[in-house]
Amino acid sequence: MKLELLVSAALIPLATPALAQPHQGHGDHQAAGPHAGHQDPQAQEKAEPADPHQGMDHGTMDHGEMDHGASDQRAVDHSTMDHSAMGHGAPEPAAASPGPDMETPPPPEAGSGAPRAADAIWGAEAMRASREDLQKTHGDFTLFWFQADRAEFQARQGDNGYLWDLQGFYGNTTDKFFFKSEGEGSFGEPIEELEFQALYSRAIAPFFDLQAGFRQDLAGPDTSYAVVGIQGLAPYMFELDTALFLSHRGDLTARVEAELDQRIAQSILIQPRAELNLAAQDVPELGIGAGIDSFELGVRLRYEIIREIAPYVGVEQVWKTGRSADFARAAGEDPSVTNFVLGIRFWF
Amino acid sequence: MRRDFSRRSILTGIGGGLGLAAMPAWAQGHSMHGGSHGRGGPRIPAGFDEVRGPEVNLSIGSGHRIVQGRRGPGIAVNGSVPGPLIRLTEGDTVRLNVTNTLDVDSSVHWHGLLVPFQYDGVPGISFPGIRPGETFTYEFPVRQSGTYWYHSHSGLQEQSGHYGPMIIEPKGGETIAVDRDYILLVSDFTTLDPHFIMKRLRTGEGFFNRQQNTWTDDYPMSGEERRMWAQMRMMPTDIADIGGKTYTFLANGRGPKEGMEYLFKAGERIRLRIINGAAMTFFNIRIPGLPMTVIATDGQRVRPVEVDELQIGTAETYDVILEPGSAPAYSIVAESMDRSGMALATLASAPGLRAEVPALRDPPLLTMGDMGMNHGNGMDHGSMDHGSMDHGSGSMSMQGMKMRDTTLLPPDVKVGPGIDMVSMAPVDKMGDPGLGLRDVPHRVLNYRMLAAAEPNPEAREPTRLLELHLTGNMERYMWSFDGRMYSAVSDVPIRFAWNERVRVKLVNNTMMAHPIHLHGLFFEMVNGQSAALQPRKNTMIVQPGASAQFDLTANEPGDWAFHCHLLYHMHGGMMQTVTVAGPERAA
Repeated sequence: MKLELLVSAALIPLATPALAQPHQGHGDHQAAGPHAGHQDPQAQEKAEPADPHQGMDHGTMDHGEMDHGASDQRAVDHSTMDHSAMGHGAPEPAAASPGPDMETPPPPEAGSGAPRAADAIWGAEAMRASREDLQKTHGDFTLFWFQADRAEFQARQGDNGYLWDLQGFYGNTTDKFFFKSEGEGSFGEPIEELEFQALYSRAIAPFFDLQAGFRQDLAGPDTSYAVVGIQGLAPYMFELDTALFLSHRGDLTARVEAELDQRIAQSILIQPRAELNLAAQDVPELGIGAGIDSFELGVRLRYEIIREIAPYVGVEQVWKTGRSADFARAAGEDPSVTNFVLGIRFWF
Repeated sequence: MRRDFSRRSILTGIGGGLGLAAMPAWAQGHSMHGGSHGRGGPRIPAGFDEVRGPEVNLSIGSGHRIVQGRRGPGIAVNGSVPGPLIRLTEGDTVRLNVTNTLDVDSSVHWHGLLVPFQYDGVPGISFPGIRPGETFTYEFPVRQSGTYWYHSHSGLQEQSGHYGPMIIEPKGGETIAVDRDYILLVSDFTTLDPHFIMKRLRTGEGFFNRQQNTWTDDYPMSGEERRMWAQMRMMPTDIADIGGKTYTFLANGRGPKEGMEYLFKAGERIRLRIINGAAMTFFNIRIPGLPMTVIATDGQRVRPVEVDELQIGTAETYDVILEPGSAPAYSIVAESMDRSGMALATLASAPGLRAEVPALRDPPLLTMGDMGMNHGNGMDHGSMDHGSMDHGSGSMSMQGMKMRDTTLLPPDVKVGPGIDMVSMAPVDKMGDPGLGLRDVPHRVLNYRMLAAAEPNPEAREPTRLLELHLTGNMERYMWSFDGRMYSAVSDVPIRFAWNERVRVKLVNNTMMAHPIHLHGLFFEMVNGQSAALQPRKNTMIVQPGASAQFDLTANEPGDWAFHCHLLYHMHGGMMQTVTVAGPERAA
């Protein structure tokens, strides 16, 4: 086989694309015969394997022995041929170097320390500003982002209402100051829910940030919380926002929000959304019962006028359960509410 | 207006009807000041003039451009986009005086030129940059010949038009006999401020991709494949970060409807120097009915190889020989890799003649092979025509596979949020013609088909292997080498000893093709040729999920930029300084 390859490779005219013969042969033995001398680049292409010496899957291939043979052959070529004397009139068969196979550190003569060659020419002072600018602008620069994920009118039995759900950040790719705000209420009544969060957000995984900070509620009895949560993108593209809240009165609650953007067409999306609120204990002054406090399930259909601006329509069902439902009924509210929503999602 | 087509004068090509002679406001003494990416200021015409060394004066100014009726920001060299053809001669010592009339710093990097590092033109690495109002003189001996180009290395100015072609004639005259010698500089135009683009890339995943998979698309993907991509939180349609909705693709500064035209007579031999001066776009170049014989890449001669199509990565150049037949016209089609648009020019036997323009082909999709999953039935998913969609669903299963097995990475790679994928089995794909061209029914160029025309002066066996991992997080738009963005390693260069011969292995742990560019030195692509015939290049595409290698001889001392030539990837962090120790440090 080796000989056959060498011979066929040597016969290849110079300017044809078939210059990597030995490699092709090694990678695909069945094809080696027909292809080694074949002139159709398309066929070459299909038969072409990646260089087996670069692969990580030697183990999965059956011709490990052939590889070794080929390497040996190359080693011999290099030790016995005088390349410079060969005139290079023809591509030398099997002459491609396998190269060193272990990464090694640079030799001491390579020097050490920061790259400052330009300082010797232009002066350190002259270089400083441009060097700082290059560092600042190539990689981890800071950005501001604001999103109104939901800003909507809610039509329902009884008084219609409104809701907003905003977030944004200032920061770089891994460290951010995050802020969030949610508010909702019914027209003609005092606002029912008004919350602000200020969080430090740190990337802890490719798709997830760990967030910690404070939450302040201003509707109803003022309540302050310590917050710790995880926000990010879960497998199957679910946007997740989860948090634990510990109030200044010692009550522990939690919230899990999940949204899934499904593109129907390039500018039309449907977004199922679920929210689960949990509590470790009854918090009667806030109308919260232990266990599952409330559950929301909704779907919104939106049209991106531009990517940043997308009006939507949708429907959302909110259930209060267990003790929370009792609290709601005691307050004269329906523990199950269906909202037809009309809103806008925007960001910049 | 038209010119006579003497061999010399036609080099710049002509734009149908537009001509070359519209002298810019800059040249008439108007102020070009203003925001560097504003859409005000004078109109900057498309097309370019020619300036000739050894002494050349260039002026950088701002204005606005109008491409097919759409107005966008412009930064021009000598008042045009592209900037003037700079023609130099090998062996000359040249002086390039560059005046910056912007109100921000600027620079010119001579792409592919062997220069003393302090004249390489990268602010913050090679020199302080050119301040507003300042004239900076680059002075160096020209040690090479061929097709090159130049562009800004400041901010995002390149996107707005700060680029132009350069031809260096061999000492003793041109050795390739042709009847006509033309430049085709392809690039991408946007009406947007490039800083806005950068921000949207970071904050709005898929913002510029209008070819995403949806419930109603025509992509030949099964439900299982779609769920698999969703599970991985990746987009199989992420072929190009910015598509044709945002970009108008340009041929010598002109949109596809603006009639870029090159004249020919049947039987003539034409040299077409193709330069990809785009910020973000790979192009598939073909001339239906007319084969192209590649004779040089990145300014370096290669053994002639005839193809019907080639993919040119950002910042690469290819010289091709065309021998048009009796057809009245031929369309030169430069389709963007994601097939969202094309740049277009015409080879016409008489002014105004046009050939049929083929429709855009269907956009390609990424495959498992592009994620480095080259397992089981061979390592050649990438280069085989079954790579796309006709897999049995079983082989696309994610069962037992890890998208991000960081134990596969060497210890010098920093594992963190900036790495969203680790290529499972990154194999060498130098034979890959590029995304979307793996199964076209004609001859397509790939790197394995290239061989140096003249044996390389240096064919020593490399004494050291340097492995660099291309890493990224598409969702956060973080890009890096070895998991560290430039902002983290600006003071940690990649070091080479004087005259050291090193093999550099680039492993792409992302699903995008990256054109990796090394300043100041040529390297030789390890493409299966003997060391003496490995083709010399300065920009090499590393295919998605694959590895690629080059050998280099560290014989150009100084600090050099080394980066992905996708502009927003470089700004997203995929950049590092390379330091070559001088001979005084040699042991």
